[in-house]
Amino acid sequence: MRYLPLTDADRGEMLAAIGAPSIEALFEDVPVHARQPGPIAGLPMHASELAVERHMTTLARRNVVAGEVPFFLGCGAYRHHVPATVDHLIQRGEFLTAYTPYQPEIAQGTLQMLFEFQTQVARLFGTDVANASMYDGSTACWEAIVMARRVTRRAKAILSGGLHPHYVSVAKTMAKYTGDVLNTRLPDLSAEPDTADLIGALDDDTSCVVVQYPDILGRIGDLSELAAACQAKKALLIAVVTEPVALGAIRSPGEMGADIVVGEGQSLGVGLQFGGPYVGLFGCKDKYVRQMPGRLCGETVDAEGKRGFVLTLSTREQHIRREKATSNICTNSGLCALAFSIHMTLLGEKGLRGLAEANHFAASAAAERLAKVPGVELVTPGFFNEFTLKLNKEARPIVRMLAEREILAGVSLGRLHPGVEALERGLVVAVTETTTAEDVETLAAALEEVLA
Amino acid sequence: MSAINQSGWKPEMQSVDGPAPRATSTGNRALMLEEALIFEIGSDETTGVDLPDVPAATSRLGDLGRRAPIGLPGLSEPETVRHYTRLSRQNYAIDLGLFPLGSCTMKHNPRLNEKMARLPGFADIHPLQPVDTVQGALGVINELAFWLIELTGMHGVAMSPKAGAHGELCGILCIKAALEARGEGHRKVILVPESAHGTNPATAAFAGFTVENIPATDAGRVDTDALKARLGPDVAGVMITNPNTCGLFERDLKIISDAVHDAGGYVYCDGANFNAIVGRVRPGDLGVDAMHINLHKTFSTPHGGGGPGSGPVVLSEALAPFGPLPFTARHADGHIQLVEEETVGEDHPDSFGRMTAFHGQMGMFTRALTYILSHGADGLYQVSGDAVLNANYVLRRLEGVLDAPFAKSGPCMHEALFSDEGFPAGFSTLDVAKGLIDEGFHPMTVYFPLVVHGAMLVEPTETESKAALDQFIDAFASVAERAKAGDASLKSAPHFAPRRRLDETLAARKPVLVWKEPVLAEAAE
Repeated sequence: MRYLPLTDADRGEMLAAIGAPSIEALFEDVPVHARQPGPIAGLPMHASELAVERHMTTLARRNVVAGEVPFFLGCGAYRHHVPATVDHLIQRGEFLTAYTPYQPEIAQGTLQMLFEFQTQVARLFGTDVANASMYDGSTACWEAIVMARRVTRRAKAILSGGLHPHYVSVAKTMAKYTGDVLNTRLPDLSAEPDTADLIGALDDDTSCVVVQYPDILGRIGDLSELAAACQAKKALLIAVVTEPVALGAIRSPGEMGADIVVGEGQSLGVGLQFGGPYVGLFGCKDKYVRQMPGRLCGETVDAEGKRGFVLTLSTREQHIRREKATSNICTNSGLCALAFSIHMTLLGEKGLRGLAEANHFAASAAAERLAKVPGVELVTPGFFNEFTLKLNKEARPIVRMLAEREILAGVSLGRLHPGVEALERGLVVAVTETTTAEDVETLAAALEEVLA
Repeated sequence: MSAINQSGWKPEMQSVDGPAPRATSTGNRALMLEEALIFEIGSDETTGVDLPDVPAATSRLGDLGRRAPIGLPGLSEPETVRHYTRLSRQNYAIDLGLFPLGSCTMKHNPRLNEKMARLPGFADIHPLQPVDTVQGALGVINELAFWLIELTGMHGVAMSPKAGAHGELCGILCIKAALEARGEGHRKVILVPESAHGTNPATAAFAGFTVENIPATDAGRVDTDALKARLGPDVAGVMITNPNTCGLFERDLKIISDAVHDAGGYVYCDGANFNAIVGRVRPGDLGVDAMHINLHKTFSTPHGGGGPGSGPVVLSEALAPFGPLPFTARHADGHIQLVEEETVGEDHPDSFGRMTAFHGQMGMFTRALTYILSHGADGLYQVSGDAVLNANYVLRRLEGVLDAPFAKSGPCMHEALFSDEGFPAGFSTLDVAKGLIDEGFHPMTVYFPLVVHGAMLVEPTETESKAALDQFIDAFASVAERAKAGDASLKSAPHFAPRRRLDETLAARKPVLVWKEPVLAEAAE
């Protein structure tokens, strides 16, 4: 029991001080029938550090590690190189083992970091403000839809077919219970996002239009016209960014008029981690700040006039407003936000632009090479670091076949949109700075074989 | 808090030669260094990474290419290391001393957990990899799910919720889905006791329910008669916290569950405080239908200054079929299937759907499973025992100093509750909290639960030694005595923290949420 400091002598002394005969006696309020007389039967007993490490390592070995094989998966989670400094710093105990900053005088490290994070996110997204992070991109997207309903007092949200299908699923799940009306569509294997279709669907009941940028097929398109159309109908434009590195190369959604920009911050500092923990990013225009969900960190002064930081505008939150709160969220992704922020600080303007450039040009070169494979067609001529190929066969079995050869080829649209025949041949391929030219050649050669 | 001083030696407060300076020219205080914002010290031209070579290729960005600068300052690697190391030193953390935050809390974070979560086989795999290439990761999810089910005596578990509050939402949606499947979607009322976490009513409202409060008895437990009297055909269920936020075990939970079930409703248990009963009491035996488990609190995953959390939800047989996608299913041959939109099929028609993009907080699952395997069933039995012993020790040693409103209601569970009864006018619980900061401790939870005036909620957890508790108790008692004596210096505490008392009202009245160039900030005034 290496984590338990009490000795039997301590326990005896403490029980005497309490006036209780045994630890079991302290559980007297639990009905007898519900009290376990000892350790629950049939479960393993405690194990040494070595034994646990051996067990976990065995499980870890059963996975194909992304960094060890040619790897092309994206669709909301991207493999980037994370500088060693990031993980080293987030493992400092004063960050790793700190709690939510409820006592600001002894949590200035976390609070200043969150203030810096909020500023970085707001600048990246082109929004006035940003919050101190959410669980992940998909839940942030749903919170933005709910926020748009609060702002506009309308219930209809229009979701682009280019929005990540899992994000759409989350919204659909929640809408069943909250009474929101979702107007959804499917993507089609075409070169351009569905902007015109979205503008056509706008009406006076629309609370918001939700688009992804770049979208699920990797496509990019100017949001200005859509933003203007939303404004004319007094609906909000919500932009979803699942690959923040893209914003080092392309204009931000805020700059093009989006009212709320949400995103997944996993690309910077956090790593793949099989889907979590990730970090949700959330920015909006100043005028909506009191309708924003989640934690906010604000600047203030202390009793000596020194600058300091506190959690603020908590009157929106569940611990004060209870059933009237803007959201039920009571925490954020503090440590992941820290990783994001450190990585962003290491990059800076110059580094982010350089990283974005490296991603874009590596992806462009890969797209050109793969499009030359017989049976492969490049669907998306304009993209950042992710593009869609149309194969001459159904993509799902191809992906599985290539996985058997230890090539992780991309995400089949059939997995994301099961049952939609028109998408079954679609394969979404992501290329980042971690992808080598040899990886691309390996994929091209393998595709050539399996598609022949 | 300094290292435990077991020798009994105490520093003598002697005057030194000459007066010490009150201020330094830098604002620093020896090892406590002031740190500017990255926006004040970084530059557009500085970067702490070596940029990869860019292959020759054509741009496919069209006219979307970025024109204006983003405004992101960079720091070199050494500057980055110093910036964040200096910031880190302005934080209290469990590695420095105890975190007695009742109903929140944190326990020691074993470093083995961190090491295991960073194995490339767990950290460097993609959520959409073909299922055959992630059997080990699905194995972790399955193993942890098994333990959670066994430890709670429940039927199934939803692993994907991202945090405790997200887990509450999951449980409530299961209840709603089950009612609708029964054709009883008209049940719109969720009963929530007054002492519940604020997330409980917020969650129920967010899911479209009407929330009605149930009062607490004078003994700090749910008023069972009032609750029973309110049950009826419009009630969907109750949300109850056990052990509750007054630190007490809800003795009548089984009676309440039976009554709720008889009336056609379901019982949600807020499992935030499961750490006090883990391995000893199975909520399933008390009739609970759904309960979230905060992995950081019960199973020692780090909270990192506000998360990540992780809130798996255990479910009764009645609710399990309605849990969210995705989930895992183990076949007889050992292969683990991932049930999601693509594979949900006709075997699982009732799932209410997906509530987050991927599989949940995998990195937290790895840590929690590592912790559980380290302790085993015998270790966990000792964990809850020691946690409750520590809390009762705090309660009994401080009840002579501070008012303890429920000290006669029986042993406390995970936490001890005190009030500001007996403080002179002008002194509040907050002054005691800030005084404790000067003594080198993180304060307890303040002003919660709402049913007690000026509440102070102390939760030590099982990873505190008796010596650490004695130090804390002595410090707490001395600050409380100062408050009772009307010591004015307490009103301006903390005196020795990196910051004196911060003006939270100003922050809310004039919100400054992002950094602006000083010129711009002035112009905006």
